[in-house]
Formats: sequence, structure tokens, C-alpha cells
Amino acid sequence: MNSQLLAQSAVQAPHIEYGQLAPMLIVFGLAIAGVLVEAFVPRRARSAVHAPLTLVGLAAAFVATVLQAGTHHVAAEGAVGVDGPTLFIQGTIIALAFVSSLLIAERRPDTSAFVSDAASVPGTQEERESLVAGDVQTEVYPLTMFAVGGMLLFPAANDLLTMFVALEVLSLPLYVLCGLARRRRLLSQEAAVKYFLLGAFSSAFFLYGIAMVYGFAGSIRLSEIALAVSHSGGNETLLLLGLALLGMGLLFKLGAVPFHSWKPDVYQGAPTPITALMGSCTVVAAFGALLRVLYVGFGGMQWDWRPFMWGIAILTMVIGAIVAITQADVKRMLAYSSIAHAGFVLTGVIASSSQGLSSTLFYLVAYGFTTVGAFAIVTLVRDAAGEANHLSRWAGLGRRSPLVAGIFAFFLLAFAGIPLTSGFTGKFAVFAAAVAGGATPLVIVGVLSSAVAAFFYVRVIVVMFFSDPNPDGPTVAAPSLLTGAAVAVGVAVTLVLGVLPQPALDLAANAAAGLFVR
Amino acid sequence: MHIVYPAVVAALLFSVGVYGVLARRNAILVLMSVELMLNAVNLNLVAFDVWLGDALRGGQVLTLFVIVIAAAEVGLGLAIVLLVFRNRQTVQIDALRDLADRDAEPAERPEQVSTEIS
Repeated sequence: MNSQLLAQSAVQAPHIEYGQLAPMLIVFGLAIAGVLVEAFVPRRARSAVHAPLTLVGLAAAFVATVLQAGTHHVAAEGAVGVDGPTLFIQGTIIALAFVSSLLIAERRPDTSAFVSDAASVPGTQEERESLVAGDVQTEVYPLTMFAVGGMLLFPAANDLLTMFVALEVLSLPLYVLCGLARRRRLLSQEAAVKYFLLGAFSSAFFLYGIAMVYGFAGSIRLSEIALAVSHSGGNETLLLLGLALLGMGLLFKLGAVPFHSWKPDVYQGAPTPITALMGSCTVVAAFGALLRVLYVGFGGMQWDWRPFMWGIAILTMVIGAIVAITQADVKRMLAYSSIAHAGFVLTGVIASSSQGLSSTLFYLVAYGFTTVGAFAIVTLVRDAAGEANHLSRWAGLGRRSPLVAGIFAFFLLAFAGIPLTSGFTGKFAVFAAAVAGGATPLVIVGVLSSAVAAFFYVRVIVVMFFSDPNPDGPTVAAPSLLTGAAVAVGVAVTLVLGVLPQPALDLAANAAAGLFVR
Repeated sequence: MHIVYPAVVAALLFSVGVYGVLARRNAILVLMSVELMLNAVNLNLVAFDVWLGDALRGGQVLTLFVIVIAAAEVGLGLAIVLLVFRNRQTVQIDALRDLADRDAEPAERPEQVSTEIS
């Protein structure tokens, strides 16, 4: 009889919309296929299998995302929201991951960014053997795919449990990837330790925030949290504390100012293709999750979080722009510039309107492609010890190889927001949305700090074009097809979104029109 | 039992963890302090779950996920710390100062540039 009872009340299988989850499923499938390749394909052939597999798979995931256009639905029993903004962000992440994968796939022995055998100590017999054998650490590909899968799930997560799991799935592979640089191994490992310890620390705060919000709302689902917020009375301490801790975890991931200190160190130490991946995809994913949490879960208490976000946006823009001036390392400078840009995007987030949402989406696309392109250029300027990242080494690059220096100058002008580049259109869109949302003082601070930021971008251009080249300075490696393609995509998107932005703006506006699904 | 007792215990445990992260200089101890913070959260989640009488048991399910992810995190963290130990013979995190804001190019250590054969 007992078994009969069990049979009657048998657990119903959850209804999973496989089509709507296809982009994430494809990317996670790629990651698992990558692990299988590691297990079954002979060592020498692995790179040759991984690279096309990754690129074709990401292209398929992009197509799957595009096919979902117009969906507005909560999938997987409420765990995943599939809607316009999410699909737009997922498409952006996949496209940026594709371009970053082109850099990761760069595998010539003289230009590869990754260590031949991560476990061996530099200078030992073990390492010499693995170098002679021409080994490469091909685990990079599945790790990257796991990270990208986490990034796709992060902005789509419709409850805090899924969001936390996605956060960890995107972070853990990145911690490892940071420590796998081929040159300057100690710096790379130091970056991995710093990123790991600070990342674990911040995700503990994120989790404590989840616990507080759960205690307040009695549910971890964002829509029910929104319901509880709108009916709230009494015990608001839990809610405010929870939102503050939750926000801390999210702001850490995107590098907003009180929580930015990891960013320059990690960007400098990590292998440059991984820096490109983090600088573009992770930032996009973190903003997607922040938007969803603030708009869906806590939209009802805008008046509580807006003042804090104002403060954080102002601090982020100002400190990012000012500290960047003193930097002497190209990757550190780009890291501070990425902090400043996070501040500019936050002005769009604060607008909390459909216009603010669409301008934020557009800005993320524009900024992501410019960043990947800029880091692709950084991989090209090399000397005997690997990449020459110190700014003094870049002196006179414009005379030695005008094309590469010219393209880098173009990316810097896009970061600075000069008209006819995507940076200008993006800044204009977020600032216009912020003014419409009544945040004019914020926009004034934003314009001033972009003027400060323009100063250090122009300084790099001056160093490149108006100083004499160092006789033993770095050479520019002839770009391979892969790196060349990554640079070309960066230039093309930056130019097209600057000259002819309307189609992309319309697409972002369409995506944002329906707001997030609840 | 009143909800305040477990909540306060969890908050204290969390604070001990935060203090440990900020005060300890050994990477392993920092890692342990982070685990303490995660366990404080677990305690909090289970207590809230019982207090709310959540029919879906959301808090306890979340706790299970946290335990699994914390284990993965420790495995990964120990791997990274071991790698650093093998190269530097130390896990003191205040010895890791090669990456910082400064003007001069970081001093190249002899073992830093791996001998490249091409």
C-alpha cells in the first residue's frame, strides 16, 4: 500500500524547454565534449581538434540565440528567464567569446599565451622536457567553455540559487585560467591567487546576501522577492542588509570602485587572451545579472538603492579615470579604463527605464568588441621576454609599425568616446538615458571624468607616434590569421557602431522594450 | 527556538570569517576563513528555512548547493596555492607583491622567463 501511495503521488518530471535553453546547453555540451577530447584524442592532435570544435560550437550557440528572438518566457520551472534583454546579452557574450577564442586558439610556439605544462616548476628538467615535446595545456578550451556557459546562465538566472551556481561556474574556471600564462609565470600565478581569494571572499558576501533576502521574502525566486518587497512592512532590516550584500557580490564581479582592487592585478597577470575574455564577457554577464536583480527583484525599492548606486557610479568613474593616468603598464591602464567604463554603464543602469536598459545593452556591445580588439593588439607587441607591456617600450611604435599603432590608437579613441567610434554612440546613449531619468548631476560627473580619461588615452597615442623608437624596442609580430581576424572584427564593430549605429540601437531598443520577464 | 539565536550565531561566525580573511597572512588560513563564512551562511539558511516553514525547502536545497560548491572551491584553491608554493616556497600572501601600482617595470626574476626552445 505504501508503494501504491508513492506511485500515486509520484514526482512529476519537470518541464524543461530545451529549445529556449539551447544556447546554454550547446556551450555546456561543448565544454563536456572538450573534456572528452582531452581524455581520448592523442596529445599532439588535441589543439587541432579543440579550436575548430570551439569556434563551430560557439557559432551554433549564436544561431540558437538568434532563433529565440522574441521569446518572453520563464523556462525550466522558473529557474531561467528567457526574454529580450537576456537574449541580447547572451548573444553579445557568445559573439565576444568567439572573438576571444580566436586569440586563445593562437598556438604557434613563439606566440602562444599559455603554459606548456602548468604543473611543472619553471627551469626544471620536467619543464624542459615538456617544452621540447611541444606540449600545450589544451585544458584551456574546456575551461573557457565552462566559464562562458556560466556567463550565459548568470544574466538569465531567475532565482538566486541559479544565479549563485552560475556565478561560481563562471568564476572557478577563470581563477585557473588566470594562472596559466606562458611568460612571467610568477606574476600569472600571483594573479590567480589574488583573484581566487578575493573572488571567494566576495561570493561569500553574495551568499550571505541571498540568505538575508531569503529570510525576508521566504523565497529565492526573484518574482516572489519582488512581490514581498511590494507588500513589505516591518522587517526591512533583513531586506536592506541582504540587498547591500548581494549588490556587493555583483559589483565585485564587474569591478565597481570600492570592490575594484583585484582588477588591475588580475588583468596584468593573466594571459592576455584570458584578460580579453574577462574584460569583455565577464563584465557583460555581470551587468546582465545586476540589471535583472535590480529591475526584477528589487524594482519596487528603487528609492532605496538608487542613492547608493549614484555614489558607486560617481566613485567608479572618477577613481577609474584618475588612477589610470598614473599607470605605466598597458594592461593595467586598460584595466583602470575598464573600471571607468563600468562607471559609465552604471549611469545607464541607474536610469532604470526601458531607455536606460537599451542604452546599457548597446554600450556593453560597443565596449566589449573594442576591448577584445585592444587586447588582441597587446598580444602582438612583443620582445624577447614575451609581450612588452610597459608603456615606455611602446615608444615610437607608430614609426616602426604604423598600422598596428594606428589601429590601437583607433581603439583608444573609441574608449575615450571620440565621435565616429562606437564609444561616442554608447556614451551618448547612456548619458541621454540618465538625463531622461533625472540623473543630470551624474551625467556631468560622467562627462568630466571622460575628459580626464581622454587625457591618458591621448598620452598613449603621443608616446606611440611622437617619440623616438627604442633601438632594442619590441617588434610587432606579424599577426596570424586568428589574431588578425580578432583585430579585424574589433575594428569593424567599433567603426560600424560609430558611423552607422542605428540598426544596433534599434535592435537594443527592441530587446529592451519588453523589459525582463518576471 | 527564536530565530534570533541562530541568526546571531551565524552573524558572529561570519564576522569571525571576515576577521580571519583580513588578519591572516597565510593563504591556507584565508581559505579556511572563507569556508567559515560559507558555513555561517549555511547555518543562516537552514535556520530561516525552518523559521519560515518553507514548503519548497528552498533554504535547505540552497545549503546543499553551497556545500558542493564550497568543496569545489577548496579543491581549486588548494591547487592554486600549491602551484604558488612550488614556485616560491611560501604561501604568505603578503609576499605576493609583484603585481601592484608602481612606475618601474617589475623586476624580472631569473626563473621567471622560462627557457624557450623554438
